[in-house]
Amino acid sequence: MKFVSEYRDAAACAGYAKTIARLTTRPWTIMEICGGQTHSIVKFGLDELLPPQLTLVHGPGCPVCVTPLELIDKAVAIASRPDVIFCSFGDMLRVPGSDCDLFSVKARGGDIRILYSPLDALRIARENPLKQVVFFAVGFETTAPAHAMAAFQAKQLGLKNFSLLVSHVLVPPAMDAILSSPDCRVQGFLAAGHVCAVMGFEEYLPLAAMYRVPIIVTGFEPLDILQGIAMCVAQLEQGRHEVENQYTRTVQTQGNLPAQELMKNVFRVVDRKWRGVGSIPASGLGLRSEYAEFDAELRFDLSAYTAEENSVCISGLIMQGLKKPHECPAFATACTPEKPLGAPMVSSEGACAAYFRYRRHDTPAPAMKA
Amino acid sequence: MSSPKDFVLSCPLPLTDYPTVTLAHGGGGKLTHQLLEKMILPAFQSPLLETRHDGAVFGIGESRLAFTTDSYVVSPLFFPGGDIGTLAINGTVNDLAMCGARPLYLSCGLILEEGLPMDTLWRVVKSLKSAADAARVQLVTGDTKVVDKGKGDGVFINTAGIGLIDYGQPISPASVRAGDVVLLSGDIGRHGIAIMASREGLEFETQIDSDCAPLASAVQKLLASGVEVHCLRDLTRGGLGTTLIEIAESARLHIGIEETAIPVREDVAAACEVLGFDPLYLANEGRFIAIVPQKDAERALAAMRSEEPATGTVRIGRVTDSPSGMVTMKSRIGTSRIVDMLSGEQLPRIC
Repeated sequence: MKFVSEYRDAAACAGYAKTIARLTTRPWTIMEICGGQTHSIVKFGLDELLPPQLTLVHGPGCPVCVTPLELIDKAVAIASRPDVIFCSFGDMLRVPGSDCDLFSVKARGGDIRILYSPLDALRIARENPLKQVVFFAVGFETTAPAHAMAAFQAKQLGLKNFSLLVSHVLVPPAMDAILSSPDCRVQGFLAAGHVCAVMGFEEYLPLAAMYRVPIIVTGFEPLDILQGIAMCVAQLEQGRHEVENQYTRTVQTQGNLPAQELMKNVFRVVDRKWRGVGSIPASGLGLRSEYAEFDAELRFDLSAYTAEENSVCISGLIMQGLKKPHECPAFATACTPEKPLGAPMVSSEGACAAYFRYRRHDTPAPAMKA
Repeated sequence: MSSPKDFVLSCPLPLTDYPTVTLAHGGGGKLTHQLLEKMILPAFQSPLLETRHDGAVFGIGESRLAFTTDSYVVSPLFFPGGDIGTLAINGTVNDLAMCGARPLYLSCGLILEEGLPMDTLWRVVKSLKSAADAARVQLVTGDTKVVDKGKGDGVFINTAGIGLIDYGQPISPASVRAGDVVLLSGDIGRHGIAIMASREGLEFETQIDSDCAPLASAVQKLLASGVEVHCLRDLTRGGLGTTLIEIAESARLHIGIEETAIPVREDVAAACEVLGFDPLYLANEGRFIAIVPQKDAERALAAMRSEEPATGTVRIGRVTDSPSGMVTMKSRIGTSRIVDMLSGEQLPRIC
């Protein structure tokens, strides 16, 4: 298949594996930011192709995983109302809340619809004027433009029965939080290619300079990731710390300017709680006051919700690259995709789900170095 | 008369797990299996049920019969390449075929929703008839019920079928041996994508049709070719991945497959990339796998390839001793990974 099979070519992958092995003279720890990259790595067994001195740790870039527990509880509360049609991306439905997940609400009769685009929710709102239609707007900078467009169009159309339950997060503040932690072992990053397709990569320049880490904007196919690792190792070995773009077929320096403009008009930067990690200043997006009428939290008055996370689940440590999924005592025992303790076990981009699906049979991947 | 103790049927499925049925219980993945293992099988304790084959196989007089049933609740009722009528006939015909049987007679129960246009019902009935003719089975008994508007989804169909088994050896996971090879009757994933596309109103450059087709004649060709056939399975709900795991688990053997050997049409692969689906888990309605001894592999391939819809049969892997109960796949870049059963339905991803 054009633009896919070329990037899964066995000979080319073997070539890059050789290059990486030749470049690597010392132990290095590299974090891939995006959950999509984590799944590619584990699904294709890319870490098997790397020299033993290289350790890949998995980053916080799974929107499903970092959505805070109380937001899931709020979603459950809204979706349980008989006057609501609750719309969401499919991944969110299995994420456990304090009491139950959205699938259970659906089983109890809640009208929950899986959509591919928030713009479909606008159509549903127009077709069901007597219902409140709510879209669960989660994600990083990748999904934010589509959610902004939904709010923008809803305002244009004067829709009174449409709102967004917003839980948007931003990548650079999370990288900053990881790098500023005294426990941080990450020496280089593979930045999330699709986030950069929207935002460009200039906002990573200060991070690379301040923390002296190479940051490689990287794609998602096996060859993309291996090339990204090779570029990162080359910088580490040479003592450089620059932002480089591996994913040139998709990402431009400035990113997608019209999308950024739309996001700025609809959203403002807010403090945001990350599931398992805690609150990170200026790390999320919330609706601007001009769009407050489309804020589901205000419409349904849910601001008082709080929730305590499960104390066994170490998803926060996993998403900061401090632990790997199989190092969790609950992994594949108390915590499975059928009975998850945390979101990374159920999300299609979650690191725990990737290890559970593809990795249970062999010895665990190289453990974190002490 | 039963003893009083027989009436004590306490539910062994802890209520705390799932107090209500969720869609995942019908998805063909782990929760479906849990429901079977924890509730259905203990409740009935039947050796024939325990075999968990596509149908029950038993003897009456001199004859060996296969008996099976299936219910069809597909939405939408009509989709590219088929409809609920063709599914209801072929699904049951194929379950009988996987027991090694020649399908003979089918029953058909129609559950109709009040308000269903008569024209729609007539289209379904015509489709049932032509699919039965194509599969050379007779629909000989049936039932019709109508439920209140809002209590059904237009048409639900249940069919049951019986067939006659001429092949002498048991066809089941228990017959699978280390060293056997796995043959796949053609490309996978078309039915799943066709349904998804028509349900969600997705359009592709080319129309992707369901592979819905009767498999009995291709299976009969294989059985008549004189090869030893150890196991047959059609790849419906849960797809190739789930089917292989079920066989590996029941046979307590390992099945190793090669990603590059599994045919997936380019448009199906592209749709999977866009939607975030894995073709291994997509439903098929006209594909099956045959597990045969290595020595018979070439003859089995030739026999299957001589009959539609199995002309595209390929060898995709082999059976070994360990790791027992597991399926692994050699990826196209040469690494190896586990193929795991999904928890429920595949869900469209965020980004």
